[in-house]
Amino acid sequence: MIRKFFQVALSGTVLLSSTAAANDYASDAEIQQYIETLTEMGFPAPKEDQLVHIPPTMEDLEDADIHPELKRVIRRGYDLFTNTQQLRGKNVFNNMNCSSCHLGAGRVPFSAPIWPAAVTLPDYRGKNGHVNTLEERIAGCFAYSMNGKPPAYGSDDMVALATYHTWLASGVEMYPKQSIYGRGFPAPERPGKLSYANGERLFQEQCAVCHQEDGSGLRVDGQTVYPALWGNNSNNWGAGMVRIFTAAGFIKNNMPLGQPHSLSDQQAWDIAYYMNSQERPQDPRYTGEVKETAEKHKNFHQHSMYGKIRESDGKLLGDHDNTGDKPFLKPDNLRPRSFE
Amino acid sequence: MRYFPITLAALGLVACASVVEAASEGDPERGAGLVTPCATCHQADGSGKHIEGGQSWPRLAGLNARYFIKQYNDIKSGSRQSATMMPFVNMLNGQQLADVAAYYARMEPTPGQGGENASEGVLERGKQIAERGDWSQYIVACRSCHGPGSRGAGEAFPGIAGQHAGYIEAQLKAWKEGTRNNDPQNLMGSIAKRMGDEDIHAVAVWLANQSPVAE
Repeated sequence: MIRKFFQVALSGTVLLSSTAAANDYASDAEIQQYIETLTEMGFPAPKEDQLVHIPPTMEDLEDADIHPELKRVIRRGYDLFTNTQQLRGKNVFNNMNCSSCHLGAGRVPFSAPIWPAAVTLPDYRGKNGHVNTLEERIAGCFAYSMNGKPPAYGSDDMVALATYHTWLASGVEMYPKQSIYGRGFPAPERPGKLSYANGERLFQEQCAVCHQEDGSGLRVDGQTVYPALWGNNSNNWGAGMVRIFTAAGFIKNNMPLGQPHSLSDQQAWDIAYYMNSQERPQDPRYTGEVKETAEKHKNFHQHSMYGKIRESDGKLLGDHDNTGDKPFLKPDNLRPRSFE
Repeated sequence: MRYFPITLAALGLVACASVVEAASEGDPERGAGLVTPCATCHQADGSGKHIEGGQSWPRLAGLNARYFIKQYNDIKSGSRQSATMMPFVNMLNGQQLADVAAYYARMEPTPGQGGENASEGVLERGKQIAERGDWSQYIVACRSCHGPGSRGAGEAFPGIAGQHAGYIEAQLKAWKEGTRNNDPQNLMGSIAKRMGDEDIHAVAVWLANQSPVAE
Protein backbone atom coordinates (compact mmCIF):
# COMPACT_ATOMS: atom_id res chain seq x y z
CA MET A 1 0.00 0.00 0.00
CA ILE A 2 2.80 2.38 0.92
CA ARG A 3 4.74 1.48 -2.19
CA LYS A 4 1.65 1.98 -4.25
CA PHE A 5 1.01 5.36 -2.72
CA PHE A 6 4.59 6.38 -3.40
CA GLN A 7 4.24 5.63 -7.07
CA VAL A 8 1.01 7.52 -7.29
CA ALA A 9 2.58 10.47 -5.53
CA LEU A 10 5.50 10.62 -7.91
CA SER A 11 3.34 10.25 -10.97
CA GLY A 12 1.55 13.39 -9.85
CA THR A 13 -1.97 12.21 -10.46
CA VAL A 14 -5.16 13.72 -9.15
CA LEU A 15 -4.34 12.42 -5.71
CA LEU A 16 -1.63 14.96 -5.09
CA SER A 17 -2.22 17.49 -7.80
CA SER A 18 -4.26 19.50 -5.36
CA THR A 19 -1.82 19.19 -2.52
CA ALA A 20 1.86 18.63 -3.16
CA ALA A 21 1.81 20.26 -6.55
CA ALA A 22 0.13 23.37 -5.26
CA ASN A 23 1.61 23.22 -1.81
CA ASP A 24 4.74 25.28 -1.32
CA TYR A 25 5.19 23.92 2.16
CA ALA A 26 5.64 20.14 1.82
CA SER A 27 7.46 18.19 -0.89
CA ASP A 28 6.28 14.82 -2.18
CA ALA A 29 9.12 13.18 -0.27
CA GLU A 30 8.13 14.92 2.95
CA ILE A 31 4.52 13.87 2.53
CA GLN A 32 5.64 10.31 1.85
CA GLN A 33 7.81 10.34 4.99
CA TYR A 34 4.89 11.68 7.02
CA ILE A 35 2.60 8.92 5.76
CA GLU A 36 5.21 6.31 6.64
CA THR A 37 5.48 7.66 10.18
CA LEU A 38 1.69 7.44 10.54
CA THR A 39 1.38 3.95 9.12
CA GLU A 40 4.20 2.68 11.33
CA MET A 41 2.11 3.89 14.26
CA GLY A 42 -0.94 1.93 13.17
CA PHE A 43 -2.82 4.52 11.15
CA PRO A 44 -4.19 3.40 7.78
CA ALA A 45 -2.36 4.45 4.63
CA PRO A 46 -4.28 6.78 2.32
CA LYS A 47 -6.59 5.11 -0.16
CA GLU A 48 -5.67 5.72 -3.76
CA ASP A 49 -8.38 8.27 -4.42
CA GLN A 50 -7.93 10.22 -1.19
CA LEU A 51 -6.75 13.79 -0.83
CA VAL A 52 -3.61 13.98 1.29
CA HIS A 53 -2.56 17.36 2.61
CA ILE A 54 0.14 18.18 5.14
CA PRO A 55 -0.58 21.68 6.41
CA PRO A 56 2.23 24.19 6.90
CA THR A 57 3.76 24.63 10.35
CA MET A 58 4.37 27.84 12.26
CA GLU A 59 8.02 27.48 11.23
CA ASP A 60 6.88 27.50 7.59
CA LEU A 61 4.91 30.67 8.26
CA GLU A 62 8.05 32.64 9.06
CA ASP A 63 9.48 31.89 5.60
CA ALA A 64 6.19 32.24 3.72
CA ASP A 65 5.89 34.85 0.97
CA ILE A 66 2.76 36.53 2.27
CA HIS A 67 1.99 40.00 3.63
CA PRO A 68 3.48 40.62 7.11
CA GLU A 69 0.09 41.71 8.39
CA LEU A 70 -1.41 38.40 7.26
CA LYS A 71 1.39 36.59 9.13
CA ARG A 72 0.53 38.60 12.22
CA VAL A 73 -3.14 37.64 12.02
CA ILE A 74 -2.28 33.96 11.43
CA ARG A 75 0.00 34.03 14.50
CA ARG A 76 -2.86 35.56 16.47
CA GLY A 77 -5.18 32.78 15.26
CA TYR A 78 -2.64 30.12 16.24
CA ASP A 79 -2.25 31.73 19.65
CA LEU A 80 -6.03 31.77 20.20
CA PHE A 81 -6.31 28.18 18.99
CA THR A 82 -3.62 26.82 21.31
CA ASN A 83 -4.36 29.10 24.26
CA THR A 84 -8.09 29.65 23.99
CA GLN A 85 -8.13 30.12 27.75
CA GLN A 86 -7.14 33.74 27.14
CA LEU A 87 -10.85 34.18 26.27
CA ARG A 88 -11.95 32.67 29.61
CA GLY A 89 -15.01 34.35 31.06
CA LYS A 90 -15.69 36.15 27.76
CA ASN A 91 -16.06 33.41 25.16
CA VAL A 92 -14.88 30.31 27.03
CA PHE A 93 -16.44 29.09 30.28
CA ASN A 94 -14.60 25.79 30.79
CA ASN A 95 -10.99 24.56 30.81
CA MET A 96 -10.76 23.69 27.12
CA ASN A 97 -8.47 25.01 24.41
CA CYS A 98 -9.25 24.35 20.74
CA SER A 99 -6.05 22.30 20.71
CA SER A 100 -7.34 20.10 23.58
CA CYS A 101 -9.21 18.04 20.98
CA HIS A 102 -7.56 19.16 17.73
CA LEU A 103 -4.05 17.95 18.58
CA GLY A 104 -0.92 19.41 17.06
CA ALA A 105 -2.54 22.84 16.78
CA GLY A 106 -5.21 21.52 14.41
CA ARG A 107 -2.75 20.11 11.85
CA VAL A 108 -2.68 16.40 12.71
CA PRO A 109 -4.53 13.74 10.66
CA PHE A 110 -7.03 11.59 12.60
CA SER A 111 -7.25 14.32 15.24
CA ALA A 112 -9.96 16.32 13.47
CA PRO A 113 -7.56 18.53 11.51
CA ILE A 114 -9.19 21.90 11.01
CA TRP A 115 -8.11 22.79 7.47
CA PRO A 116 -10.86 20.68 5.79
CA ALA A 117 -13.44 23.10 7.23
CA ALA A 118 -11.81 25.90 5.24
CA VAL A 119 -12.23 24.09 1.91
CA THR A 120 -15.56 22.32 2.45
CA LEU A 121 -17.58 25.23 3.90
CA PRO A 122 -19.93 26.96 3.31
CA ASP A 123 -22.04 23.82 3.33
CA TYR A 124 -25.28 22.48 4.74
CA ARG A 125 -24.86 21.16 8.28
CA GLY A 126 -27.32 18.67 9.74
CA LYS A 127 -26.61 19.76 13.31
CA ASN A 128 -28.32 23.13 12.83
CA GLY A 129 -30.15 22.52 9.56
CA HIS A 130 -28.76 25.33 7.46
CA VAL A 131 -25.75 26.39 5.39
CA ASN A 132 -22.81 27.23 7.66
CA THR A 133 -19.77 29.36 6.91
CA LEU A 134 -16.35 28.67 8.42
CA GLU A 135 -16.97 31.34 11.06
CA GLU A 136 -20.29 29.75 11.99
CA ARG A 137 -18.63 26.36 12.27
CA ILE A 138 -16.06 27.85 14.66
CA ALA A 139 -18.93 29.47 16.56
CA GLY A 140 -20.40 26.00 17.08
CA CYS A 141 -17.22 24.86 18.83
CA PHE A 142 -17.41 27.85 21.17
CA ALA A 143 -21.09 27.26 21.97
CA TYR A 144 -20.71 23.54 22.71
CA SER A 145 -17.13 22.36 23.16
CA MET A 146 -16.00 25.49 24.99
CA ASN A 147 -19.37 25.83 26.79
CA GLY A 148 -19.21 29.48 25.82
CA LYS A 149 -20.28 32.39 23.67
CA PRO A 150 -18.70 32.62 20.22
CA PRO A 151 -16.64 35.72 19.41
CA ALA A 152 -18.76 37.99 17.22
CA TYR A 153 -18.77 37.21 13.49
CA GLY A 154 -16.24 39.46 11.83
CA SER A 155 -14.53 40.35 15.13
CA ASP A 156 -10.73 40.39 15.32
CA ASP A 157 -10.63 37.11 17.24
CA MET A 158 -13.04 35.36 14.86
CA VAL A 159 -11.19 36.59 11.78
CA ALA A 160 -7.84 35.52 13.27
CA LEU A 161 -9.15 32.00 13.96
CA ALA A 162 -10.75 31.68 10.53
CA THR A 163 -7.56 32.95 8.87
CA TYR A 164 -5.45 30.38 10.71
CA HIS A 165 -7.82 27.63 9.48
CA THR A 166 -7.67 28.89 5.91
CA TRP A 167 -3.88 29.25 5.89
CA LEU A 168 -3.50 25.63 7.03
CA ALA A 169 -5.43 24.66 3.89
CA SER A 170 -2.91 26.50 1.66
CA GLY A 171 -2.83 24.95 -1.80
CA VAL A 172 -5.92 22.74 -1.44
CA GLU A 173 -8.70 23.32 -3.95
CA MET A 174 -12.12 24.48 -2.75
CA TYR A 175 -14.85 21.85 -2.46
CA PRO A 176 -12.52 18.93 -3.22
CA LYS A 177 -14.25 15.93 -4.74
CA GLN A 178 -12.06 13.29 -3.13
CA SER A 179 -12.50 12.15 0.45
CA ILE A 180 -9.95 13.69 2.79
CA TYR A 181 -7.30 11.47 4.40
CA GLY A 182 -7.36 11.63 8.21
CA ARG A 183 -10.45 13.86 8.43
CA GLY A 184 -12.33 13.91 11.73
CA PHE A 185 -11.84 11.26 14.38
CA PRO A 186 -12.62 8.09 12.41
CA ALA A 187 -14.38 5.69 14.81
CA PRO A 188 -13.24 2.10 15.06
CA GLU A 189 -15.92 -0.49 14.44
CA ARG A 190 -18.44 -0.51 17.26
CA PRO A 191 -18.20 -3.72 19.28
CA GLY A 192 -21.33 -5.74 19.96
CA LYS A 193 -21.51 -4.74 23.60
CA LEU A 194 -20.13 -1.76 25.53
CA SER A 195 -19.02 -2.22 29.14
CA TYR A 196 -19.28 0.64 31.65
CA ALA A 197 -17.34 -1.35 34.26
CA ASN A 198 -14.53 -2.14 31.84
CA GLY A 199 -14.47 1.50 30.71
CA GLU A 200 -14.20 2.66 34.31
CA ARG A 201 -11.37 0.25 35.08
CA LEU A 202 -9.48 1.21 31.92
CA PHE A 203 -10.00 4.89 32.60
CA GLN A 204 -8.43 4.60 36.04
CA GLU A 205 -5.55 2.53 34.66
CA GLN A 206 -4.80 4.38 31.44
CA CYS A 207 -6.24 7.88 31.63
CA ALA A 208 -6.37 9.03 35.26
CA VAL A 209 -2.62 9.70 35.54
CA CYS A 210 -3.27 12.84 33.49
CA HIS A 211 -7.04 13.43 33.50
CA GLN A 212 -7.38 12.54 37.23
CA GLU A 213 -9.62 9.93 38.82
CA ASP A 214 -12.61 12.30 38.71
CA GLY A 215 -12.00 13.36 35.08
CA SER A 216 -11.36 16.98 36.07
CA GLY A 217 -7.95 17.20 34.37
CA LEU A 218 -5.23 19.54 35.59
CA ARG A 219 -4.40 23.21 35.31
CA VAL A 220 -1.01 24.73 36.12
CA ASP A 221 -0.28 28.47 36.35
CA GLY A 222 -3.83 29.21 35.16
CA GLN A 223 -3.31 27.17 31.97
CA THR A 224 -4.90 23.87 31.02
CA VAL A 225 -2.45 21.00 30.78
CA TYR A 226 -4.83 18.01 30.77
CA PRO A 227 -8.39 18.94 29.76
CA ALA A 228 -11.40 18.05 31.89
CA LEU A 229 -13.31 15.13 30.37
CA TRP A 230 -16.54 15.74 32.24
CA GLY A 231 -17.94 18.03 34.92
CA ASN A 232 -18.33 21.82 34.88
CA ASN A 233 -14.95 22.46 33.25
CA SER A 234 -15.55 20.17 30.29
CA ASN A 235 -17.57 20.48 27.08
CA ASN A 236 -21.34 20.64 27.42
CA TRP A 237 -23.92 18.05 26.31
CA GLY A 238 -24.18 19.60 22.85
CA ALA A 239 -20.52 19.07 21.85
CA GLY A 240 -19.66 16.52 19.18
CA MET A 241 -17.41 14.72 21.64
CA VAL A 242 -20.44 13.53 23.67
CA ARG A 243 -21.32 11.19 20.79
CA ILE A 244 -19.78 7.92 21.84
CA PHE A 245 -18.45 7.13 18.37
CA THR A 246 -16.69 10.50 18.17
CA ALA A 247 -15.04 10.00 21.57
CA ALA A 248 -14.10 6.42 20.67
CA GLY A 249 -12.54 7.72 17.45
CA PHE A 250 -10.62 10.41 19.32
CA ILE A 251 -9.35 7.95 21.91
CA LYS A 252 -8.39 5.21 19.47
CA ASN A 253 -6.48 7.60 17.21
CA ASN A 254 -4.90 9.85 19.82
CA MET A 255 -4.77 8.47 23.35
CA PRO A 256 -2.77 7.91 25.48
CA LEU A 257 -0.89 10.89 24.07
CA GLY A 258 1.97 9.67 21.90
CA GLN A 259 0.55 6.15 21.70
CA PRO A 260 -2.22 6.13 19.11
CA HIS A 261 -3.74 2.76 18.24
CA SER A 262 -2.39 1.21 21.44
CA LEU A 263 -5.92 0.53 22.73
CA SER A 264 -8.15 -2.11 21.17
CA ASP A 265 -11.40 -1.05 19.50
CA GLN A 266 -13.34 -2.48 22.45
CA GLN A 267 -11.17 -0.59 24.95
CA ALA A 268 -11.54 2.71 23.08
CA TRP A 269 -15.33 2.30 22.93
CA ASP A 270 -15.62 1.26 26.59
CA ILE A 271 -13.60 4.25 27.79
CA ALA A 272 -15.68 6.55 25.56
CA TYR A 273 -18.88 5.01 26.94
CA TYR A 274 -17.72 5.51 30.54
CA MET A 275 -16.49 9.07 29.92
CA ASN A 276 -19.70 10.05 28.15
CA SER A 277 -21.86 8.55 30.91
CA GLN A 278 -20.73 11.29 33.32
CA GLU A 279 -22.42 14.64 33.91
CA ARG A 280 -21.48 17.86 32.18
CA PRO A 281 -23.06 21.30 31.56
CA GLN A 282 -26.47 21.40 29.91
CA ASP A 283 -26.92 21.34 26.11
CA PRO A 284 -27.53 24.98 25.02
CA ARG A 285 -30.46 23.65 22.95
CA TYR A 286 -32.22 22.52 26.17
CA THR A 287 -35.97 23.07 26.09
CA GLY A 288 -36.38 22.67 29.84
CA GLU A 289 -36.98 18.94 29.57
CA VAL A 290 -34.15 16.52 28.85
CA LYS A 291 -36.11 13.80 27.05
CA GLU A 292 -37.87 16.36 24.87
CA THR A 293 -34.50 17.96 24.01
CA ALA A 294 -32.96 14.58 23.22
CA GLU A 295 -35.93 13.74 20.96
CA LYS A 296 -35.86 17.12 19.24
CA HIS A 297 -32.17 16.59 18.36
CA LYS A 298 -32.43 12.88 17.84
CA ASN A 299 -30.06 12.82 14.86
CA PHE A 300 -27.38 13.99 17.29
CA HIS A 301 -28.36 12.56 20.67
CA GLN A 302 -29.12 9.05 19.39
CA HIS A 303 -25.33 8.71 19.58
CA SER A 304 -24.95 10.19 23.10
CA MET A 305 -26.03 9.19 26.61
CA TYR A 306 -28.03 12.43 27.01
CA GLY A 307 -31.54 11.73 28.25
CA LYS A 308 -30.66 8.09 28.86
CA ILE A 309 -30.28 6.05 32.02
CA ARG A 310 -26.75 5.37 33.29
CA GLU A 311 -26.56 1.64 33.89
CA SER A 312 -24.29 1.82 36.94
CA ASP A 313 -26.72 3.73 39.15
CA GLY A 314 -29.92 4.36 37.20
CA LYS A 315 -29.30 8.11 36.91
CA LEU A 316 -31.04 10.00 34.08
CA LEU A 317 -28.19 11.86 32.37
CA GLY A 318 -28.58 15.53 31.43
CA ASP A 319 -31.62 16.00 33.69
CA HIS A 320 -30.56 19.31 35.26
CA ASP A 321 -30.31 23.02 34.54
CA ASN A 322 -26.63 23.38 35.38
CA THR A 323 -24.82 25.49 32.77
CA GLY A 324 -21.43 25.17 34.51
CA ASP A 325 -19.52 28.43 34.94
CA LYS A 326 -21.46 29.99 32.06
CA PRO A 327 -24.10 32.41 33.36
CA PHE A 328 -26.57 31.69 30.54
CA LEU A 329 -27.89 28.68 28.61
CA LYS A 330 -27.74 29.64 24.93
CA PRO A 331 -25.43 32.24 23.35
CA ASP A 332 -27.48 34.90 21.55
CA ASN A 333 -25.39 34.72 18.37
CA LEU A 334 -26.21 31.05 17.87
CA ARG A 335 -29.38 31.25 15.82
CA PRO A 336 -31.25 29.71 12.89
CA ARG A 337 -30.96 31.14 9.40
CA SER A 338 -33.49 30.86 6.59
CA PHE A 339 -32.41 33.05 3.62
CA GLU A 340 -36.02 34.07 3.17
CA MET B 1 -15.89 13.44 43.49
CA ARG B 2 -16.47 9.73 43.23
CA TYR B 3 -14.05 7.31 44.80
CA PHE B 4 -13.42 3.75 43.73
CA PRO B 5 -11.77 1.83 46.57
CA ILE B 6 -11.99 -1.56 44.87
CA THR B 7 -10.58 -0.35 41.58
CA LEU B 8 -7.81 1.50 43.35
CA ALA B 9 -6.89 -1.51 45.44
CA ALA B 10 -6.76 -3.63 42.30
CA LEU B 11 -4.36 -1.14 40.77
CA GLY B 12 -2.17 -1.07 43.84
CA LEU B 13 -2.86 2.62 44.21
CA VAL B 14 -3.80 2.25 47.84
CA ALA B 15 -0.19 1.41 48.61
CA CYS B 16 0.79 4.46 46.58
CA ALA B 17 -1.66 6.60 48.51
CA SER B 18 0.07 5.79 51.79
CA VAL B 19 3.38 6.95 50.34
CA VAL B 20 1.70 10.10 49.20
CA GLU B 21 0.33 10.67 52.66
CA ALA B 22 3.77 10.20 54.16
CA ALA B 23 5.14 12.74 51.69
CA SER B 24 2.60 15.33 52.65
CA GLU B 25 3.79 14.91 56.21
CA GLY B 26 7.45 15.29 55.25
CA ASP B 27 9.25 17.77 57.48
CA PRO B 28 11.79 19.92 55.60
CA GLU B 29 13.50 20.89 58.87
CA ARG B 30 14.18 17.26 59.71
CA GLY B 31 15.12 16.65 56.07
CA ALA B 32 17.82 19.33 56.31
CA GLY B 33 19.67 17.18 58.84
CA LEU B 34 19.77 14.19 56.49
CA VAL B 35 21.10 15.59 53.23
CA THR B 36 24.86 15.74 53.84
CA PRO B 37 25.57 12.64 51.72
CA CYS B 38 23.26 13.96 48.94
CA ALA B 39 25.12 17.28 48.79
CA THR B 40 28.33 15.61 47.64
CA CYS B 41 26.88 15.35 44.14
CA HIS B 42 23.65 17.31 44.28
CA GLN B 43 25.38 20.26 46.02
CA ALA B 44 24.42 22.10 49.19
CA ASP B 45 21.97 24.31 47.29
CA GLY B 46 20.40 21.30 45.53
CA SER B 47 21.66 22.57 42.18
CA GLY B 48 23.35 19.35 41.05
CA LYS B 49 25.85 19.75 38.25
CA HIS B 50 26.15 19.53 34.49
CA ILE B 51 29.31 17.64 33.61
CA GLU B 52 30.23 17.96 29.96
CA GLY B 53 31.10 14.55 28.56
CA GLY B 54 30.48 12.85 31.91
CA GLN B 55 27.56 11.91 34.10
CA SER B 56 25.55 14.96 35.09
CA TRP B 57 23.85 15.15 38.47
CA PRO B 58 20.29 16.45 38.36
CA ARG B 59 19.14 19.54 40.17
CA LEU B 60 16.86 18.51 43.05
CA ALA B 61 15.97 21.98 44.32
CA GLY B 62 12.29 22.61 43.69
CA LEU B 63 11.54 19.07 42.55
CA ASN B 64 8.01 17.81 43.26
CA ALA B 65 8.19 15.80 46.51
CA ARG B 66 6.02 12.92 45.32
CA TYR B 67 8.02 12.57 42.13
CA PHE B 68 11.20 12.62 44.22
CA ILE B 69 9.93 9.83 46.47
CA LYS B 70 8.83 7.68 43.54
CA GLN B 71 12.22 7.97 41.83
CA TYR B 72 14.12 7.08 45.00
CA ASN B 73 11.87 4.09 45.63
CA ASP B 74 12.10 3.00 42.00
CA ILE B 75 15.89 3.02 42.11
CA LYS B 76 15.72 1.08 45.38
CA SER B 77 13.37 -1.53 43.91
CA GLY B 78 15.34 -1.79 40.67
CA SER B 79 12.60 -0.45 38.40
CA ARG B 80 14.91 2.49 37.65
CA GLN B 81 18.62 1.86 37.11
CA SER B 82 21.19 4.18 38.64
CA ALA B 83 24.54 2.70 39.61
CA THR B 84 25.54 6.04 41.14
CA MET B 85 22.52 6.17 43.45
CA MET B 86 22.59 2.49 44.48
CA PRO B 87 24.92 2.94 47.49
CA PHE B 88 22.44 5.46 48.93
CA VAL B 89 19.07 3.78 48.46
CA ASN B 90 19.07 2.15 51.86
CA MET B 91 20.13 5.33 53.58
CA LEU B 92 16.63 6.68 54.16
CA ASN B 93 13.56 5.01 55.65
CA GLY B 94 10.08 6.06 54.51
CA GLN B 95 9.74 9.00 56.89
CA GLN B 96 13.28 10.20 56.28
CA LEU B 97 12.72 10.02 52.54
CA ALA B 98 9.56 12.11 52.89
CA ASP B 99 11.51 14.63 54.98
CA VAL B 100 14.33 14.89 52.43
CA ALA B 101 11.84 15.19 49.57
CA ALA B 102 10.06 17.99 51.42
CA TYR B 103 13.39 19.71 52.05
CA TYR B 104 14.35 19.73 48.37
CA ALA B 105 10.84 20.57 47.17
CA ARG B 106 10.95 23.76 49.22
CA MET B 107 14.38 24.86 48.01
CA GLU B 108 14.71 27.69 45.51
CA PRO B 109 15.34 26.15 42.05
CA THR B 110 18.68 27.05 40.51
CA PRO B 111 19.39 27.67 36.80
CA GLY B 112 20.10 24.82 34.42
CA GLN B 113 23.60 24.34 33.03
CA GLY B 114 24.98 22.96 29.80
CA GLY B 115 23.01 25.01 27.26
CA GLU B 116 25.28 28.06 27.35
CA ASN B 117 27.23 27.37 24.17
CA ALA B 118 24.46 25.96 22.00
CA SER B 119 24.02 27.55 18.59
CA GLU B 120 20.95 29.59 17.70
CA GLY B 121 19.80 26.97 15.18
CA VAL B 122 20.02 24.15 17.70
CA LEU B 123 18.14 26.18 20.30
CA GLU B 124 15.44 27.04 17.78
CA ARG B 125 14.92 23.34 17.02
CA GLY B 126 14.89 22.57 20.75
CA LYS B 127 12.26 25.21 21.33
CA GLN B 128 10.10 23.82 18.54
CA ILE B 129 10.17 20.34 20.07
CA ALA B 130 9.53 21.55 23.60
CA GLU B 131 6.78 24.03 22.75
CA ARG B 132 5.10 22.66 19.63
CA GLY B 133 6.49 19.18 19.00
CA ASP B 134 7.26 17.76 15.57
CA TRP B 135 4.21 15.86 14.47
CA SER B 136 5.82 14.82 11.18
CA GLN B 137 7.72 12.36 13.38
CA TYR B 138 4.89 12.14 15.93
CA ILE B 139 7.04 13.79 18.58
CA VAL B 140 4.64 15.36 21.04
CA ALA B 141 5.61 18.73 22.57
CA CYS B 142 7.25 18.48 26.03
CA ARG B 143 4.85 21.07 27.38
CA SER B 144 1.77 19.02 26.55
CA CYS B 145 2.59 16.77 29.53
CA HIS B 146 5.21 18.73 31.50
CA GLY B 147 2.97 21.80 31.59
CA PRO B 148 3.40 25.49 30.75
CA GLY B 149 7.05 26.24 30.03
CA SER B 150 7.75 22.53 30.77
CA ARG B 151 8.03 23.61 34.41
CA GLY B 152 6.20 20.53 35.68
CA ALA B 153 2.58 19.35 36.06
CA GLY B 154 1.46 17.34 39.05
CA GLU B 155 3.46 14.55 40.61
CA ALA B 156 3.96 12.37 37.53
CA PHE B 157 5.45 14.98 35.18
CA PRO B 158 8.45 16.76 36.71
CA GLY B 159 9.66 20.23 35.80
CA ILE B 160 12.35 19.86 33.15
CA ALA B 161 12.90 23.54 32.31
CA GLY B 162 16.12 24.62 34.00
CA GLN B 163 17.35 21.04 34.44
CA HIS B 164 20.90 20.37 33.28
CA ALA B 165 21.32 19.55 29.60
CA GLY B 166 23.57 16.58 30.28
CA TYR B 167 21.03 15.01 32.61
CA ILE B 168 18.04 15.52 30.27
CA GLU B 169 20.01 14.17 27.32
CA ALA B 170 21.14 11.09 29.27
CA GLN B 171 17.60 10.36 30.48
CA LEU B 172 16.01 10.72 27.04
CA LYS B 173 18.66 8.41 25.61
CA ALA B 174 18.03 5.92 28.40
CA TRP B 175 14.32 5.95 27.55
CA LYS B 176 15.09 5.63 23.89
CA GLU B 177 17.30 2.61 24.52
CA GLY B 178 14.84 1.16 27.02
CA THR B 179 17.24 1.26 29.97
CA ARG B 180 14.90 3.68 31.74
CA ASN B 181 11.27 2.67 31.77
CA ASN B 182 9.74 3.72 35.09
CA ASP B 183 7.44 6.33 33.56
CA PRO B 184 3.68 5.87 33.84
CA GLN B 185 2.37 3.85 30.88
CA ASN B 186 5.52 4.35 28.80
CA LEU B 187 4.39 7.92 28.12
CA MET B 188 7.96 9.24 27.88
CA GLY B 189 9.51 6.09 26.44
CA SER B 190 7.17 5.90 23.46
CA ILE B 191 8.09 9.45 22.44
CA ALA B 192 11.83 9.21 23.19
CA LYS B 193 12.06 6.15 20.93
CA ARG B 194 11.05 8.29 17.97
CA MET B 195 13.59 11.05 18.69
CA GLY B 196 16.90 11.33 16.88
CA ASP B 197 20.03 12.05 18.93
CA GLU B 198 20.31 15.54 17.46
CA ASP B 199 16.77 16.39 18.54
CA ILE B 200 17.43 14.96 21.99
CA HIS B 201 20.46 17.23 22.29
CA ALA B 202 18.56 20.23 20.94
CA VAL B 203 15.67 19.92 23.36
CA ALA B 204 18.05 19.27 26.28
CA VAL B 205 20.08 22.44 25.73
CA TRP B 206 16.99 24.57 25.12
CA LEU B 207 15.32 23.31 28.30
CA ALA B 208 18.54 23.87 30.28
CA ASN B 209 18.41 27.54 29.26
CA GLN B 210 14.83 28.04 30.45
CA SER B 211 13.72 29.30 33.83
CA PRO B 212 12.56 26.53 36.18
CA VAL B 213 9.95 28.86 37.66
CA ALA B 214 7.25 31.06 36.12
CA GLU B 215 8.51 34.60 35.64
